Amino acid sequence: MVKISVNVNGSSQSAEVEERTLLVEFLREKLRLTGTHVGCDTSQCGACTVQMNGKSVKACTTLAVQADGQSVTTIEGVAKSDGTLHPMQAAFREHHGLQCGFCTPGMVMSALALVERNKDKTITESLIRSELEGNLCRCTGYQAIVKSVAAGAAAMGAKVQA
Amino acid sequence: MYSFKYARASSVSEAEKAFSGGEDAVYLAGGQTLIPALKQRLAQPSDLVDIGGLTELQGISVSGDSVVIGAGVCHTDVASSAEVQKAIPALSYLAQHIGDPQVRNRGTLGGSIANNDPAADYPAALVGLGATVHTSKREIPADDFFTDMFETALEPSELIVKVSFPVPKRAAYSKFANPASRYAVVGVFVAETSSGIRVAVTGAGPCVYRHADMEAALSKSFSDDALKGIAVPAADLNEDLHATAEYRAHLVGVMAQRAVASIA
Repeated sequence: MVKISVNVNGSSQSAEVEERTLLVEFLREKLRLTGTHVGCDTSQCGACTVQMNGKSVKACTTLAVQADGQSVTTIEGVAKSDGTLHPMQAAFREHHGLQCGFCTPGMVMSALALVERNKDKTITESLIRSELEGNLCRCTGYQAIVKSVAAGAAAMGAKVQA
Repeated sequence: MYSFKYARASSVSEAEKAFSGGEDAVYLAGGQTLIPALKQRLAQPSDLVDIGGLTELQGISVSGDSVVIGAGVCHTDVASSAEVQKAIPALSYLAQHIGDPQVRNRGTLGGSIANNDPAADYPAALVGLGATVHTSKREIPADDFFTDMFETALEPSELIVKVSFPVPKRAAYSKFANPASRYAVVGVFVAETSSGIRVAVTGAGPCVYRHADMEAALSKSFSDDALKGIAVPAADLNEDLHATAEYRAHLVGVMAQRAVASIA
């Protein structure tokens, strides 16, 4: 067992974990933050996407010990504490960017990272599609997701042409 | 995942010591290949030595004739470096097309080349540009570094510190990507360097290799036409559910021509 301390959604969380514990297991099972989903568990679907130090990562392909001393943001840390949705979440609701909703937490976390990473660029449809390469959705056919991300990015103040 | 012991190193020498102290240790960099392998129980190391936090493995520096990238630099940082983009745009392009954004945020240059997956992208850049691998013990030319499928010239505890890429006169990378994983079904890196033309092929065979006939043809005339009709034997190439050996052989020619056409 190893003791880790991770800043999760702004608060410091310490725990004893087995060395082989995945970050997603730490989040879901230790902290009961079940918004981060496990889809494929093979690093392909992106449902487990969280941000570590502001960069999107797959929590099923990161060890909890690798997050020791780092800052992690999960979908639970995105809305305001009074429940007001983040503009990106609101855009997903407004533009029907989900059907079953399983991939949505990962999509939103990737979308937020996409806006941050491209803040100096104009966000186009093709950029959104290529940047969402690490997230799979089996319901929507992506059209509404791309639309939602474009609207959310615009609401966040990004330059959007999509 | 089988259980293992975990140690976080704070320097290269400490990492080597921790590695040598383990019965069957492996280094953990970004973990984008190692962790999936552990999850599938394809590997059972006794110890993981985490080199993810080593500042000695970080940094990108560009001088007039070379680009030096730390082994711990992630693909995103190589792809988004304005300096790399200016000095060797083909290298920037290659890094930008590895996996997906989340994988690029964790996966590292050193991890990719140490693993030497036959379908990895970076080996093509190292061999194509005639790069030099700087390890904790010595300097290894890329031509001698990649020895066989998942095999390199690295000794057990030897750690890659950085890679220096000579700036070429021109270079391009063209990849036929697996649509799901973005691994190279076939990728060809073509460069005109100060020591001549180099053509490196990844994805097609068990290990990255140089294509001598293409190099000779391009030395005479640097055009995609010069490559037409050059035979690529399928005999020793990979065959899997994604592509037959014959199809890969065909793709080697097509990717090489596309790479050349983009810079000719």
